[in-house]
Amino acid sequence: MGAVVGTLTMQTKQRRLSRDKADDDLEMTTVCHRPEGLDQLEAQTSFSKRELQVLYRGFKNECPSGIVNEDTFKQIYSKFFPHGDASAYAHYLFNAFDTGQTGSIMFEDFVNALSILLRGSVVEKLQWTFNLYDINRDGYISKEEMTDIVRAIYDMMGKYTYPVLKHDAPKQHVDAFFQKMDKNRDGVVTLDEFIFSCQEDENIMRSLQLFENVI
Amino acid sequence: MAAGVATWLPFARAAAVGWLPLAKKMMPKPPVDNSSRSDEILYVNVSGVRFQTWKNTLDRYPDTLLGSSEKEFFYNEDTQEYFFDRDHEMFRHILNFYRTGKLHYPRHECIQAFDEELAFYGIVPEIIGDCCMEEYRDRKKENQERLAEDTEANEATDAPLPPHSTHRERLWRAFENPHTSTMALVFYYVTGFFIAVSVIANVVETVPCRPPKGKVGDLPCGEKYQLAFFCMDTACVLIFTFEYLMRLFAAPSRCKFMRSVMSVIDVVAIMPYYIGLVMPENEDVSGAFVTLRVFRVFRIFKFSRHSQGLRILGYTLKSCASELGFLLFSLTMAIIIFATVMFYAEKGTKSSTFTSIPASFWYTIVTMTTLGYGDMVPSTIAGKIFGSICSLSGVLVIALPVPVIVSNFSRIYHQNQRADKMRAQQKVRLARIRMAKKGTTNAFLQYKEDHTLGDRDSGSTALCVKNRSAFEHQHHHLLHCLEKTTNHEFTDEMTYSELCMTESVGFRTSRSTSLSSQQGAQNNSTGCCPRRARRRAAMRLANSTVSVSRGSVQELDTLHFKTTAIPPQTRSSLNAQPDDLKLNCGEQDFSAAIISIPTPPANTPDESLPPSPAPLAGILRNTRATAYTHDTVKISSL
Repeated sequence: MGAVVGTLTMQTKQRRLSRDKADDDLEMTTVCHRPEGLDQLEAQTSFSKRELQVLYRGFKNECPSGIVNEDTFKQIYSKFFPHGDASAYAHYLFNAFDTGQTGSIMFEDFVNALSILLRGSVVEKLQWTFNLYDINRDGYISKEEMTDIVRAIYDMMGKYTYPVLKHDAPKQHVDAFFQKMDKNRDGVVTLDEFIFSCQEDENIMRSLQLFENVI
Repeated sequence: MAAGVATWLPFARAAAVGWLPLAKKMMPKPPVDNSSRSDEILYVNVSGVRFQTWKNTLDRYPDTLLGSSEKEFFYNEDTQEYFFDRDHEMFRHILNFYRTGKLHYPRHECIQAFDEELAFYGIVPEIIGDCCMEEYRDRKKENQERLAEDTEANEATDAPLPPHSTHRERLWRAFENPHTSTMALVFYYVTGFFIAVSVIANVVETVPCRPPKGKVGDLPCGEKYQLAFFCMDTACVLIFTFEYLMRLFAAPSRCKFMRSVMSVIDVVAIMPYYIGLVMPENEDVSGAFVTLRVFRVFRIFKFSRHSQGLRILGYTLKSCASELGFLLFSLTMAIIIFATVMFYAEKGTKSSTFTSIPASFWYTIVTMTTLGYGDMVPSTIAGKIFGSICSLSGVLVIALPVPVIVSNFSRIYHQNQRADKMRAQQKVRLARIRMAKKGTTNAFLQYKEDHTLGDRDSGSTALCVKNRSAFEHQHHHLLHCLEKTTNHEFTDEMTYSELCMTESVGFRTSRSTSLSSQQGAQNNSTGCCPRRARRRAAMRLANSTVSVSRGSVQELDTLHFKTTAIPPQTRSSLNAQPDDLKLNCGEQDFSAAIISIPTPPANTPDESLPPSPAPLAGILRNTRATAYTHDTVKISSL
């Protein structure tokens, strides 16, 4: 009696899905953003015209509407880390990119951030990183914020790691971090403490230079 | 990974700066990218249409032809572009895939052509976008069905049997395809006749006949002429049993055969008779026995072996099973509902025919199918109202699944028509293929002539040699190498079969002696082997094959030329096939391409032949009384 089941389930399954999707799409397409002129962007960032062109072409191809919302961002970022769950970290990253707190990243945000990360000075880079860690933007990195970030990073690793991931690994990591960074032992890390401690660390300094040729 | 991901990679890598302060160890060195950073425009020329795209676009999918270094094989240094000798309209879709990340299927294109293009460019069809995937899948399935039909038609029951088939195989083939032999046809008609006889007998049995003397009242003919009907029945059953046993014996897979529908019908048709024989003449069981006789009517289904249409109908019903099931189910639901309603509506009335709900079923069915016998009629107003609603809804419910069934039937019917057409086309195609094969064999043998001819008279042969393409030269050289390797020679079908038949040492030695005796006679060349003799042999062959080769020539564009002499060959005639093909290149007046039209074989050589072979002709004529006449038609194509 497959016919029976078939007829009974020939119900309204499609209707609900399509309605939601249609609304979403409508939203996205009506909001279309164009970036400021090429010259302006060139002045603001440290990219050449050519590089901006290449970047924009890729960006526009991916997001014809010109803006990236958080879900899309999470999807994209997850594609690079298929083993684990990158959504938490992507969320923090999205907030760091979205400097105007608008809820969506536009090309200018994209390019500004890239400019800092790739062509900026050490201090700028460290400032950006501090912003990333400081989830509530209060100027201090607390232990809880750091734990969240570190846990999000460890989530990206997934389950199958070597050596096996212990449950308190993030906590230990955070403790070590605070040990190093928190100079005055007040339980929070300020921007100056952060920059100062990082500049002391040879490893960090050298690593920062490695990322200059990404584009 | 999709294109999009590649775009975002630099950004993800840049964002890795955020991990640095947390890192316990130093970061590894990044990969060194020596390729030029600046993006460049690539030119892709697809059969004349120039496409331009960024290199980055193509690099998005590195496991395809255009994205990998494979495209360098198609790079043209002179024009600085990548040249592909393929369809530019299809290429548009392929390139769009790189640009947008979605592959679309153009509906007006042939599915196979599209698949081939995808295969060439290294793109997997599974990534076709959702918008076009359904269409693509449907077309592909349709095409595969069609191909499956082709291969089925190929295992053509019409094709000649392999030479060494057992009796069983032959018998099976006779059963499955009655047109192959007369016996099978006779048997086919005989069984058909007996099926008809049996069915008619069953029917006539029940017709009332005039009662015999002394009895009152009509008697069904079956009882009046009981013996006659019994004999007829026995005869039919005997024939059916015999047929069934024969089929069972001949079937290649007995289990499969026993499970097939036709076999079941056969069994059901003959079982009642045997059961009737076995059962005693008992009052109790005779009732059951009478029921069994009903099964005799199943013999009519045996006709489906004889009728294509019946089979199609049966197949349609099978394939529409779900629609039919839906119809049945919805009808049942409606019947139950309306029967209940009618019953309760009519409950109060005196002498109502609606005595129970199941009794109302009959009314509901009759009303829904708009039959309206009138044996049960509602009398209350409510009953009438519901009765009318019942009949209206009946029309609707029945009308809905019918178009689906009809369209299914139409599709299957057309498929069947197509299968028949395919079979007819197949015959033509096979014939053409056979001719083409002969043509190539001839061309090859011709090549071998020239190959040794080239030793002596290059000037005249240059003309004819040139007219065959480089491809053919190389192909023939290859075949020649194979011959040398295996120490056997190629020949064509007819020669082979006649050699099989006329194979005798005497034939060979006589030829060889005749040949050797001619050695001194012809001294046109330095060759020791008599070419004339071979030409004679070739001409003999030519006659048998040239009629075919003419067709094949026209098919294949091979050009044949005439020579005066066959070059010497080092093969002895005792070797496999001594046949060389007739038409040879040469300096004789015909410098044009000649397509020779064979005339019917004549027993005497033509005057146009050079006189020297005449003595030979007699010898060879003993073995094969045909000679090739030189009626050639000059068709100048050069």
